[in-house]
Amino acid sequence: MTATPSTASYNYKVVQQFSIMTVVWGIVGMAVGLLIAAQLAWPLLNFDIAWLSYGRLRPLHTNAVIFAFGGCALFATSYFIVQRTCQVPLAFPKLAAFTFWGWQLVILLAAITLPLGITQSKEYAELEWPIDLLITIVWVSYAVVYFTTIARRKVKHIYVANWFFAAYILTIAVLHIFNNLSIPVSLTKSYVIWSGTVDAMVQWWYGHNAVGFFLTAGFLGIMYYFVPKQADRPIYSYRLSIVHFWALISIYMWAGPHHLHYTALPDWAQSLGMVFSLMLLAPSWGGMINGIMTLSGAWHKLRTDPILKFLIVSLSFYGMSTFEGPMMSIKTVNALSHYTDWTIGHVHSGALGWVAFITIGAIYALIPKLFDKAAMYSSKLIDIHFWIATVGVVLYICSMWAAGVMQGLMWRAVNDDGTLTYSFVEALHSTYPYYVVRFIGGLLFLSGMLIMAYNIYKTISSKPTVTGNSVQPAYTGESA
Amino acid sequence: MSSGWNWFIVIITLFNIAAVWWLLRHYAKRRKAASKDSSDTTGHVWDGDLCEYNNPLPRWWMVLFFITVIFALIYLALYPGLGRFVGLYKWDQESQYENEVEQMEARYADIYNRFNKLDVAALAQDDEAMKTGHRLYVNNCATCHGSDARGAPGFPNLRDSEWLYGGTPEAIRQSITNGRTGIMTAWGAILGEDGIKSVVAYVQQMSGQSVDSELAAAGQKQFATYCFACHGADGKGNPLFGAPDLTNDIWLYGGSTEAITETVVNGRNGKMPAHKDLLNSDKIHVLTAYIYSLSHQSAGQ
Repeated sequence: MTATPSTASYNYKVVQQFSIMTVVWGIVGMAVGLLIAAQLAWPLLNFDIAWLSYGRLRPLHTNAVIFAFGGCALFATSYFIVQRTCQVPLAFPKLAAFTFWGWQLVILLAAITLPLGITQSKEYAELEWPIDLLITIVWVSYAVVYFTTIARRKVKHIYVANWFFAAYILTIAVLHIFNNLSIPVSLTKSYVIWSGTVDAMVQWWYGHNAVGFFLTAGFLGIMYYFVPKQADRPIYSYRLSIVHFWALISIYMWAGPHHLHYTALPDWAQSLGMVFSLMLLAPSWGGMINGIMTLSGAWHKLRTDPILKFLIVSLSFYGMSTFEGPMMSIKTVNALSHYTDWTIGHVHSGALGWVAFITIGAIYALIPKLFDKAAMYSSKLIDIHFWIATVGVVLYICSMWAAGVMQGLMWRAVNDDGTLTYSFVEALHSTYPYYVVRFIGGLLFLSGMLIMAYNIYKTISSKPTVTGNSVQPAYTGESA
Repeated sequence: MSSGWNWFIVIITLFNIAAVWWLLRHYAKRRKAASKDSSDTTGHVWDGDLCEYNNPLPRWWMVLFFITVIFALIYLALYPGLGRFVGLYKWDQESQYENEVEQMEARYADIYNRFNKLDVAALAQDDEAMKTGHRLYVNNCATCHGSDARGAPGFPNLRDSEWLYGGTPEAIRQSITNGRTGIMTAWGAILGEDGIKSVVAYVQQMSGQSVDSELAAAGQKQFATYCFACHGADGKGNPLFGAPDLTNDIWLYGGSTEAITETVVNGRNGKMPAHKDLLNSDKIHVLTAYIYSLSHQSAGQ
C-alpha cells in the first residue's frame, strides 16, 4: 500500500501509557497472587488482618491480572494495531485519553474496595455497581474510538487482528452489562437481579466468555499482528482465519454451563455446555496453527530473537490449554477435576503461558517503536526473562496438575465399608508440598516481570538512537 | 419449559452446528483451486508489510473438527440437550445419583446389618464399628467439632461428660438426626448496663470464679427474674432447651468477662445441622455409637 502517514501522526501517547501500565499492573497483580499463594502454603501470612486475608485478596489478584494487566495490554495493542493496519490516527484522541484515565480509575477503585470486602460476590465480577457503571462508560467510549477508527480506515480490507478485537469489544460490553444488572441499596451494596440457578448460569455465561473473548479473542488479535511482524512472514492462511474466527466466536458463547456440571442446572443446559466446549477444540487450534505455521521458513529466527520465543511459546501454551479445556468439560473428567487445583493449573497455563507470554512478547516489540528507539536496551535480559518465566510456568502448572489429580482421587477414595478414605484435612495436608512448588513457580514468574520493568526503564531512559527516521513506518522486526 | 423455549433452544442449537458445518464444507471445497498458488499472498497488504497466504485448511484439522461436530450430534441424540427431548438413553443426573446410592447401599448392606443388630452401648465396644464411626466422624463432624472431637468456641467438646441435650444414646441420635437449635436470647436492652455487669458477676460466681460479692448478690436477683426459666433457679441448666449448666467451668462460648458479657448482651444462636438427609439411619446408628464412645473412653478405646 502506498501513502502511509508518518508515525508522527499516529496517536502513540495513549499506547505508551497503556503499555507502561501493563507492566506496572502485571507486577502488582502477580505480587498479590504470589502473596496469596504463600498464604495457602503458610496460612499465618494473613497476619489476622481482614484486608490481608485470602478471601479479599484473591479477587484483587484475579481482577488485577485479568482487567488491569490484561486489559491495559489489550487497550495498548488494539489502539496501536488499529492505527497501523487502518493507516489512520486514532479517532477522538480526547475520548481515547479518557479511556486510559477512566480505566486506571476503575483499577484504583478495585484495589481499594476489594480489600475492604466490598463485593458483589460474583467471580471476576466482584466490583460493586458504581464501578460497574464506570466500566460501562469507559468501555462504550473504547468501542466508539475503536470502531470509528476502523470506519475511517484508508485500506479496503479490515485486517484479521481487528476482527478479533471487534468481537472482543462488542461481546465484553454485552456480557458485562447483563451479568451486572442489579438493584443498588446503598453506594457500596447492591443485589443482582438474577436469582438461584439463573444467576449461576448468567454468571458462568459471563465468566467463561471473559475467558473466551477477553483472554482468547482479544489476545488472538495481538497474535495476528505481532507474530507475522516479528517473524517477517505472511500469515499462513487467510481462509483458516475466516473459518476459525466465525466458528470460535459462535461456539464460545455456549461453553459456560461446563462450570456447572452435576449441579442444579438442568441436564439439557449441562449437555449443551459440554458438546459445544468439545466443538471448540478445532476452532481454538485454528489460531495456534495460523500463528505457528506463519513461522514456517523462518524457524531459525527463534535462535536469535527472544521476543519471537515468547510469542511462539505462548501459542504452544495456548494450544495446550485449549486442548485441556474441552477435555475438562467432559462430564466424567469434570467429575474428577472439578473443585480441585487442576482447575487452577488449567487457568494458569492459559493466563501465564498464553496471555502473559503473548503480552510480554508484544510489549517488548512495542516499546522501542513507541519511544523511538532502535531496540530494547538488552536482548540478553529478554532471553533471561524468557527462561525464568518458562521455568516458572512449568513449575506452576505441573504442581497444580499433580495436586489436582491427587485431590480428586483422594476425595473419591472409599473404604471397604463405603466410607470415605480421607478426610478433607488429609487431602489438604497432602497438597502442602505442591503449594510450596507453586509458590516458587510464581516467584520466578514475578522475578521475570521485574527484569522486564528494568529493561523497559533502561530502554526508555536511553538516548534516542533513531532520529528523523520515524517517517518510515515499516516495522523491521529486529531485536538487537 | 414452555413450548416456545423448547423450540428456541432446539433451533438455535442446530442452526449453530449446521452453520459451522457449512462453513467448513464451504472453505474445504475450494481446496484444490487454491493449493496451486499457495505461495502467493491474497494481495492485501497492511502496515507496509503485513500480508497473508491463503493455504488450504490442514486436512487433519478439518477431520478433527468434523469428528467433534459428529460427536456433538450423536451425544445430543442420546442425552438430554435439545430442549425438552430427553435423549434416547433417557438419562438424567438425579436417576444416576439414586442408582449409584442404591447400588452402594446394597453392596455394604451386610456390614451395616450386623451393626444394626447391636445396641449403641454394645456397638461402642466393637472395634470394626468404631473404625467406621471414626471415618464417618472425620468426614461429617470434624469441620466443627475438630479432628480430636474437643470442640471449639460455639461447638461443644464431645469427649467430656457435659451434654447440652443429654448424653444418652437416644439423645445423641436425636441431635445427629434432626439437629439442634440453641438460642440464648439477647438481654442487653432489658438488663441495662448495671444489670449486665451484675448478672455476669453472678454467673462467674456460680462457676467458682472469684468476683465482687456485692455485685454478684445484685446479679442473683436479676438471674432469678430473667434467667432461671431456662437455666433453672440453681443455674444447673435444662437439657430440654439445651440451656447449659452454669455452675461448672465448661463454657461453650467462653467464660471470660468479655465472652459472658457478649453472650448476655447479644445472645447466641447455636446450630447443629440435621443429618437425616445426609446420612442414612444405618450410618447415624454407627455414628451415635462412636460419639457415645468418645465420652466413655475406657469402653471405646
